[in-house]
Amino acid sequence: MNIKNQDSYTETGMTLIVKTVTRLTVGLILVYGIYIVLHGHLSPGGGFAGGVIIALSFVHLMLAFGRDIALRKVSKNTVSILESIGALMFLSIAIAGFLGGVFFLNILDKGSPFRLFSAGTIPLSNIAIGLKVGVGLFAIFLTLVILEGSKR
Amino acid sequence: MTLYILCFILFCVGLYGVLRKRNLVKIIIGLGIIEYSMNLFFVLLGYRLQGRAPIDAQHQDILNMVDPLPQAVVLTSIVIGLGITALVISIAIRIYEKYGTFDITKIRRLKG
Amino acid sequence: MELHILLLFMILAAIIAIEIKDLLSSVIAIGSAGFALCLAFLILKAPDLAITQLVVEILCLIILIRATIRKDLPLIIEGRWFFNTISTLIFIAAFLLFAYYALKELPSFGHPMMSVVKKYLEEGTSKTGAVNLVTSVILDFRAYDTLAEATVLFTAVIGIMAVLRRKGRKEISEKDEY
Repeated sequence: MNIKNQDSYTETGMTLIVKTVTRLTVGLILVYGIYIVLHGHLSPGGGFAGGVIIALSFVHLMLAFGRDIALRKVSKNTVSILESIGALMFLSIAIAGFLGGVFFLNILDKGSPFRLFSAGTIPLSNIAIGLKVGVGLFAIFLTLVILEGSKR
Repeated sequence: MTLYILCFILFCVGLYGVLRKRNLVKIIIGLGIIEYSMNLFFVLLGYRLQGRAPIDAQHQDILNMVDPLPQAVVLTSIVIGLGITALVISIAIRIYEKYGTFDITKIRRLKG
Repeated sequence: MELHILLLFMILAAIIAIEIKDLLSSVIAIGSAGFALCLAFLILKAPDLAITQLVVEILCLIILIRATIRKDLPLIIEGRWFFNTISTLIFIAAFLLFAYYALKELPSFGHPMMSVVKKYLEEGTSKTGAVNLVTSVILDFRAYDTLAEATVLFTAVIGIMAVLRRKGRKEISEKDEY
């Protein structure tokens, strides 16, 4: 990126107050989303809610700083690849059940309840669903924003 | 029983919006209202009086949980509803770019 | 009692959202109905649904506002008022008639049919190891639903990317190729 583009980047987005508060909070939102995904089998939440929170953290970044700053962190190709990885991961967990005989069989060790590493394939499925939902919804928002930008 | 009837009234408001209004955004909003009422109706069917949330607690045995099955169905339905809303909105944006209006009676040409 | 108040509030917000002239106000009214639905889920002992509805409502509001902002609505003159109203009322009456027949077969509020779920409630934690029973239902007992849901979401994303694709690929320079 050359210097002329850098100058135009600093002008985009909202005011200084919003940018500062966003810098402080966006990491916390992302970490909270990851927490919700990982603890989906112990507490309310799970892959769907956590995935949407992860998507919201990137949407927050994009609304505050303008689209170009956020697009430098996450590009559209990365989003497509990550979404496909999430879908394939969920499908491969389902097919791995054939090792025990049936589709979607919970083949891993169940462990003891109320521990983080328990419940067999359910945390892995939660991670796959969270990745898929979060990145998919962010891709929707990204497509809408790129359309708005290309009109001007 | 009153709750079911109120839920049906909410459905009827959404149906009125979808059938009667001529603005595309109003039609999308009517679809959203119908989705809300259906989700709420499923969860109302699974509620049990003096029930607990369907999450086990340590060192105690909970017997009176509410029905987790409608909740699981509605959980997928909410996320699908968001995807459908975004798809319809994107089609509406394309129509606005092409015709310059959200009025469905002005959109008469079928081809091109 | 709280549920009645919340439902009446949702009906009021829905009527306002349908009838108001300004599009932005209409979107905000539907957002308030969604947050009331989130509270209703919390009262109905469904914390998973409350979290999901809250975050989905925020994202839905952002998308709707981005779609409707800076687009002025031309004044729409309602034509064929009589015919449209009569046909709408006929549809609503047909729906209410069938709803009346269905309502007699439903279990009363607070006493659900637990015949299927009894097995899940008793054996859920010991069979899957998950403490949250909703998660154990959607990812273990009924994982096919979730697979289909992922497929629907994937299709929606592909559809949006196809509909909103920019035309004129020749004009896209390398910098715009995100």
